[in-house]
This record gives sequence, structure tokens and C-alpha cells, in this order.
Amino acid sequence: MPLERIHRISGTGLPIRGENIDTDRIIPARFLKSVSFDGLETHLFEDDCREADGREPNSHPASNPAFFGATVMLVNENFGCGSSREHAPQAIRRRGIRAIVGESFSEIFFGNSVALGMPCVSAAPETMQALMTAVENEPSTELVVDLDVMTVHSNWATYPITLPAPARDAFLSGTWDATGLLLADFEQVRAVADRLPYVSGW
Amino acid sequence: MASTLFQKVWDAHTVRRLPTGQTQLFIGLHLIHEVTSPQAFDMLRARGSRVAFPDRTIATVDHIVPTSDQRRPFIDVQAEAMLSSLERNCREHGIHLVDLNSGHQGIVHVIGPELGLTQPGMTIACGDSHTSTHGAFGAIAFGIGTSQVRDVLASQCLAMEPLKVRRIEVSGRLQGGVYAKDVILTIIRRLGVNGGVGYAYEYAGDTIDAMSMDERMTICNMSIEGGARAGYVNPDQKTFDYLQARRFAPHGDDFERAVQWWRSVASDAGAGYDDRVVLDAAAIRPTVTWGINPGESVSVDEPIPSNADADALAFMGLSRGQTLSGTPIDVAFIGSCTNGRLSDLREAARLVRGNRVAARVKALVVPGSQSVRAAAEREGLDRVFTEAGFEWRGAGCSMCLAMNNDRLDGTQVCASSSNRNFKGRQGSPTGRTLLMSPAMVAAAAIAGEVVDVRQFNGVEAGVAS
Ligand code: SF4
Repeated sequence: MPLERIHRISGTGLPIRGENIDTDRIIPARFLKSVSFDGLETHLFEDDCREADGREPNSHPASNPAFFGATVMLVNENFGCGSSREHAPQAIRRRGIRAIVGESFSEIFFGNSVALGMPCVSAAPETMQALMTAVENEPSTELVVDLDVMTVHSNWATYPITLPAPARDAFLSGTWDATGLLLADFEQVRAVADRLPYVSGW
Repeated sequence: MASTLFQKVWDAHTVRRLPTGQTQLFIGLHLIHEVTSPQAFDMLRARGSRVAFPDRTIATVDHIVPTSDQRRPFIDVQAEAMLSSLERNCREHGIHLVDLNSGHQGIVHVIGPELGLTQPGMTIACGDSHTSTHGAFGAIAFGIGTSQVRDVLASQCLAMEPLKVRRIEVSGRLQGGVYAKDVILTIIRRLGVNGGVGYAYEYAGDTIDAMSMDERMTICNMSIEGGARAGYVNPDQKTFDYLQARRFAPHGDDFERAVQWWRSVASDAGAGYDDRVVLDAAAIRPTVTWGINPGESVSVDEPIPSNADADALAFMGLSRGQTLSGTPIDVAFIGSCTNGRLSDLREAARLVRGNRVAARVKALVVPGSQSVRAAAEREGLDRVFTEAGFEWRGAGCSMCLAMNNDRLDGTQVCASSSNRNFKGRQGSPTGRTLLMSPAMVAAAAIAGEVVDVRQFNGVEAGVAS
């Protein structure tokens, strides 16, 4: 299956402020009771939205129509920590988000997002502050995440971003779905299995 | 050259370097359950692939099983659909399913070790972040997402980047009433919930050496709560003794040969580490969380810090400067892959014996597996709990994440032996979780409020053995 090569993602932003936002908050466990990922996007941040909107309607960005149609999510530190559920990046991706820019990400969340072709790129705290403020003040602000030159660009400014080289190469070369790569040399997989005493026999 | 267990296991399982720069890593044991695997099997079918090594994947059902009435079909149709789908996938691909009729079903991280599936020197993956538990045996074990479950099914491999290794040395004697749970909560508090990102944690020191396998599992289980994807303890005689005669462990001469190999994978003296942290066991006190992540904790008799996060405190209904001891609870939950093993139930029962659960508290004990439940019943622990007013349940994840009917209502406060106090984790978006050791949960259930287990009811708390 040839995969899309991912170089640039552009569009409006969805700012989600807060540190250590865990995957239980991104998609609460009760929405995991299904054998498919279909429809998860409708429950994205559902409990957080209800809590915030209870205080003031549309006060959570994920339920605020001003941010509908966003393709770039903006987050802070250690985003996606906790449960390994891929349902979290699936819900985000299915909501139309195609890249996430943040201070840092949990490793499992980061890896799950790679497998969906959704880059999670890191930027400095000041950059996140500037981007979030810009998008909150003007939701139509156009953001461009560029993996070729490793920058994120808003209407007014360009900031550097980082992404570990293996993930970046996978996006640029369209090899972010690892299965094909892992099956490319199956003889070698068998050789390793044969070498391991607990697999081949003591 | 002297190397760490992590490095040795990683090297032994390396297939090749991928064009992306990642390592293709062979996965020796793949565990699956009903929540994160059905979509992976669909992806596999969509590619027209088969399971590459069906005998290296083992399945069980834990997250959605009701722990009260387990007759099939389940009353909950979604839960029934998930289990049926797992059964179908296992049948179609020749995967062994440890099902409800097996007598061994339970939380995936409890049954892996119990059945002797988990062994030193293995790479272990499961679509569940608490896979780090299996590191207690000297395995490199980590949680993966569903697309990666597909990868392992299709190829028995993962594309990974190596982790750095941080050695965490705990030494000294734990005070009575202080348990493995308090040690790991203290480590997470000290290093932060994302302090372990990019690392595997190697737990060492005489305190860890003195711990039982159950206690080591509690420690490794919560590595992920500190951001570390994997955590491990070097295998030793205790590890080997635990594995002897377990169903899937090697037997006879094979066992002797296995022990040789298992010894060889332990970290060498003089191995280099990317970081080292030292902790004094004697200074650790019974620990309770006050906030909405597992790093937000204090000792039971220590004031909540003056810089504690205001939003988290508002959610929890607590304030700075307050101590947690005396906080009323509504629910007490003993169970989960962190603290749902026989030794946990024994210690809780010791405190419960002859007491009554406080009038307004709902208290439940959910054994981590059917084997734990049966063993506890042979010792009469079920009667100790039920006579005190606890509910005695079937095995599963239950109120750890509330995918079955066990959940908090409204803003209930739950004293819980599980591992996550995230908002909404126990089923009510506004429900509040206080993480603590199972002994502390037992004491809280009886007192109706958080109490210091060291002073509980005149019972002298046990020393972690
Ligand atoms: S007991 Fe809780 S943490 Fe452990 S596997 Fe089940 S849901 Fe996950």
C-alpha cells in the first residue's frame, strides 16, 4: 500500500491548553466499548467540554464553533500521557486534525500518531504561548507546519520545530505505516527467532 | 564490555536497522485483550495478512468483563460484542485465549506472570500501557497502540527507538505500613509524571532486592505513570523460584538451562547508565494522591504543598495546607494490575479482620485473576472481606477504569489501590480518586476516611516482606 508522503500541513488551529493532558481526558474509557474506531471524534474531550461548557457555553475550544475545521492542534507539555489507547489519536485524527504542535508528548501517544500519519512536532514553550494566543485571538489564523524546513509558521512569524529524525524520515518518505517495512525482510525475523532460546527451544 | 539488561535484551532482539533509522525489534511475547485488539485484526484483514507467529500471542479478557454476573451472553451488549470479537479473532488466527472458563482468566498483567508466560530476557508488548509490569521479571516490556498491535500480529516485530536507562536505587528498610505502592508513588512524585520520558527505569538497591515478585510488579507497573515506557528489575533467585513449575515456564532440564540464560541477561556490575537516582527507603511514608495525576501526592500526614495546582485541587475539593488524613471517602476499591494480587489481598484482609466497613462506604475487592480469587478463597480471605461488608467480586479491571458496571457516581471520592487518578478515570466525569496502597484502602474503608495505616485501630501494620 503506497502511503502519502507528508511534507506540509496547513490550516487553522485548535488550541488545547494544559499540561499532562492524559488520554482518558482526550477520550474517556466508556467510549472505548466498541470493536471499531468509528464515531470516536464525536466524543473528543467530551468530559472536559462538559465541565468547561457548564461554566460558560463554548468555553472549551473543542466545542467552540470558532475552531471547527481546524487541522493543526496546539498543546503544551506531556500531551497524551497515561493509557496507551490509540483511540485518543484516532479521535483527534478523525476530527480532522492532521498535525499537532506542542511542547512535548508522551512516547506512546507520539508513536501511535506516527502510525496514523499525524506528526506530533515539538516547539519551545514561548512558541506555543505565541501560537495559542494568536489562534485564540483570531481563530482564522492560518498555520503551516513544514517538515522540510522544520518550522511552524503563523500569519506573522516563523518558529523552529523539532521531530526525531526517524519519524521525520518516515513522514517524508511515506513509510509511516511500519507494517510494510517490518515484513520486508522476514527471513531475518525468523533468524532472530531461531537465535532466541525461549523461542527456538532450550 | 559491561552492559545493562536493557542493552543485552535489545541487542538480542534486534532484527535490523530500518531505513527510517529505527530498530526493528523482535517481540518475544505479545499479549492481547478485548479493547485494543479488534481494530488491529481488522487492519490485518484489510491488508490480507495473517498472524506471523500465532503461538507467541496470548489473549485474555479483562477490561470489560462484569465482575458480578459473568454468565454469557453478558447483559451489557457492547461488552458481549467485544468478547465475541476477541473469541472470533483468536479462533480464526489460532491464538490461545485464556477465557472465563479457563480458571486462569484475569488482568493481562496479572496472568502473564502467574502462568509463567512472562520470563527474564524477553521483549514483551501489549496494547496496554501497564505492560511495564512484566519488567519485574527482567523483561523489556512496554505498552503499544493498536496500529502497533497490528504490526506485531503481522510481523512479530515493532519499529522502535532505543530508550536511555535510568538506574533508580532504593536502599534501606521500609517502615511498617509502608509498601511497594508508596515507594513507586514517591519515585513518581520526585521525578515527575514525565520525568521518565525517553527512559527505561532499572529499579535496584537492597530495598528492591528484598521485595517479593508481587511487590516488584507493583513498582514496575507504575513506571509508565512516571513517563517511563518500561521499567525492570534484574532477575535473581526470587525470580527463578517464582517461575519454577509455572505452566508456560520451562520445565526439567530446560529450566536449568533457562536459568543460566536468565542470569546472563542481568545488568553487569560496572554497566554504564544514562542517569542514576538514589532514594532512602526509610524516609518513605504512606503516600496518597491529592490531585489528578499520579505525581500529585503527599505522605498521609503531610500538608498539601503551598504550590499545589489550583485547578486540580478545585476538582478534588481539597486545599493547600490540608493533610489528607481525615478526608471522608465514599468508595473503597481494592484491585487492579497494580495491587490485585494475593499478597495485596492478604495484607488488606489482615487489617480488615474483625472490623466493619463504615456505614456509608461502598467497598469492593476485585481479585486480579481467577487464580488469585481461588487462592484467596482457599485461605478464607473472601469471608474476612464479606463479613466486614466488602463485596467480593470476579476477576477483572473493574473500577480501575470503569468499563464495566463498577463506577463512581457524581463527585464520589474513592480510596483506590489502582494506578490512575485522572479526571473521569473511575467512570464519573466528576468522580475523585485517591491512590494509595491496598492496606491504606482497607483502613480507609473501615474508618470511612483516609487514615494513617501505621496508627490504624491498634493493628500494627506489617512490614513489607
Ligand atoms: S487494571 Fe486498570 S490499569 Fe491495569 S490493565 Fe486493567 S484497566 Fe489497565
